[in-house]
Amino acid sequence: MIPDIVLFIILALVAVASAVGMLFSKNAIYSALNLILNFSSVAVLYLILGAPFIALAQVTVYAGAIMVLFLFVIMLLGAERLRRSETLPYQQPVSIILAAILAVVAIYALLFRPLGIEAASVANPDFSSPAAMAEMLFNEYLLPFEVTSILLLVAMIGAIVLTRKRQRRVQR
Amino acid sequence: MVPVEYYLGLSIVLFSLVALGVLILRNAIIIFMSVELMLNSANLTFVAFANQYQLISGQIFVFFVMAVAAAEVAVGLALIVAIFQTKQSIDVDQINLLKG
Repeated sequence: MIPDIVLFIILALVAVASAVGMLFSKNAIYSALNLILNFSSVAVLYLILGAPFIALAQVTVYAGAIMVLFLFVIMLLGAERLRRSETLPYQQPVSIILAAILAVVAIYALLFRPLGIEAASVANPDFSSPAAMAEMLFNEYLLPFEVTSILLLVAMIGAIVLTRKRQRRVQR
Repeated sequence: MVPVEYYLGLSIVLFSLVALGVLILRNAIIIFMSVELMLNSANLTFVAFANQYQLISGQIFVFFVMAVAAAEVAVGLALIVAIFQTKQSIDVDQINLLKG
């Protein structure tokens, strides 16, 4: 049995390394594959955190459906390689400084401002079984759930409209 | 059990890294992937706190964030395809006109 902390460190390293790989791959396909690795490692972290439903939703929705869309669009556009065009010479150093400031401020807040969190008194390992999730989702959060379905419908219509209009203009 | 601060630290590192990517990169699709990864690191925070407090609401929120991310990807990729059809490029530096 591997202790949780060892597993966490391994998965965190994989997640950070694959995020770096995603950002600095020359080829967009490699970026997408790195992102799938990242999503999968975060899914295992969700399993450690006792969220099996979210972990599997992560694998099916993110690593499955969303990344298939991404790969499909990358291959459709033939946009695997994009030459770097530097228009603003100062952009790169400035953005590195800004991102570093973000990270430093957040980590400072994490280290020196104690959260005052205590673990729940009773640690129930299956507090978030899929059955409990469903009960909560279909009772207390029923309205947001229905609104989500409308949101997905609107997104679907929007995607169709956005890609149709251009075709008609070309045909004219 | 891993303390919740470790998960927050991982979340901060991932978020800052992809924020840097959004600022530096020029390929619209990879910027878009970075935004997905930002949502994912926020989800990690949600799940970590849900586990800490043994409350299921945090995980319900993650579920909704995933649904919104899926909708966002559909619309965003449709936009990228539409931009590519007019501009023949998805370099964000080239996208500087409101009317294509």
